[in-house]
Amino acid sequence: MESSDVVIVGAGIVGAAVARRLALGGFRVTVLDRGASAGGTSSSGEGNLLVSDKGPGAELDLAVLSGRRWAEFAAELPAELGPGFPDIEFEAKGGLVVATTATGADALLAFADTQRSAGVDARPVTAAEAAELEPDLTPRVAAAVFYPDDAQVQPSVATEALLASARRHGARLRQGVTVLGGVVSGGRLVGVDTTAGRFGAEHTVVAAGPWSAEVAGNFGVRLPVLPRRGTVVVTTRMPRRIRHKVYDADYVGAVESELAALQTSSVVESTAAGTVLIGSSRERRGFDERIEAAVVGELAAKALILFPFLADVPVMRAYGGFRPFVPDHLPVIGPDPRLPGLWHATGHEGAGIGLSVGTAELIGALMTGVEPEIPAAPFAVTRESLRKVTTG
Amino acid sequence: MKISVTVDGERLGAVAGQTVAGLLMSRGRVSWRTTSRTGRPRGLFCGIGVCFDCLVTVNGLSDVRACQRRVADGDVVETGAVDER
Repeated sequence: MESSDVVIVGAGIVGAAVARRLALGGFRVTVLDRGASAGGTSSSGEGNLLVSDKGPGAELDLAVLSGRRWAEFAAELPAELGPGFPDIEFEAKGGLVVATTATGADALLAFADTQRSAGVDARPVTAAEAAELEPDLTPRVAAAVFYPDDAQVQPSVATEALLASARRHGARLRQGVTVLGGVVSGGRLVGVDTTAGRFGAEHTVVAAGPWSAEVAGNFGVRLPVLPRRGTVVVTTRMPRRIRHKVYDADYVGAVESELAALQTSSVVESTAAGTVLIGSSRERRGFDERIEAAVVGELAAKALILFPFLADVPVMRAYGGFRPFVPDHLPVIGPDPRLPGLWHATGHEGAGIGLSVGTAELIGALMTGVEPEIPAAPFAVTRESLRKVTTG
Repeated sequence: MKISVTVDGERLGAVAGQTVAGLLMSRGRVSWRTTSRTGRPRGLFCGIGVCFDCLVTVNGLSDVRACQRRVADGDVVETGAVDER
């Protein structure tokens, strides 16, 4: 039997960030993934590190902490991993949220007010200023707010970079290993049984994104994480015409909604390679991977409201993935008192790339018995808002 | 049937039914554009219209997949990505 201090189930961005943090903290870490690293949700999104879509509260606190860590990591990484390692494409490009209707404008400006009171840099800009930030933006701007702290990374490369750094500090990564169940001794989880045998560990961290409920279920624990599907449309490359992340003001409402039915709102941005990514859709219908014309059509139609020039741009492909959705819209981070030895780092919905490094900070502090930089209680699996779905 | 196609200003004989990629490769060209950031060569990769690596401009229309577009008599093909020209 192999043994470590910590087994992490899932080699996506969250598992990678937690592995690095714990390896740096002196823990012997083994990361297991049934597929390849960054093979699930981590490589299915846009690499968002956002504050613009978060109102005051615990998730915003985690986003702000994570934003500081990302900036540090982007600066440290090249020296640590050397010039041969690909760039994680960290870019503090800023976000521009645009309302094109009077109703949307009122809601957007009121939301930005609450964010400013929580310390977010949320700057209302005039239509003329918006046009200066984004020359190809629709002239029909009822209100716009600029968020200089919105940023992005290339999420697959960032995951690999975090894993590479973790391995330099002693962590081991085993891909193609499926966790089948838990090893319980004296009421405590002391390891996992897998398709590659038994891995003993003092702590087991579930970081399996939308598949976390299945993994926790294998340990006999109920975890309320469901897949929430998203689709992104990709154009061919072009000289950069979209400079920031640009959203319509409906985006925040769609993120916060609990509806299962299809919702779309525009998120449009350029990548370093020159393609334009057009999101975002949200729909709860299990692990259904089909890319449907109705979803793609709605995304494209809404993107044209923000950027009319996109009407003539060729579409190259569409891709989709599954966000780990939790009914109260907060990630689940920390130990699970129902089964000592079990930890969670999951349920970040569409924000996991950004929140991964802050999540790792929380896990690292809690596991070493140090006071975390931000309160961990709001993320506890035992919180009141999840009681109905975690008991019984 | 023999037809005539202009590629980057040069008139070439082509066979009706041939794709643009087929024509380029018959002339010994294996790459015809470069990536935007690091300038690495790109040409035919998947050959079935999925990867969008083989893009060319045909008769002024950019982002045409060379592996999917069959040549027609009188076509004007320009290689290199739009932002390279």
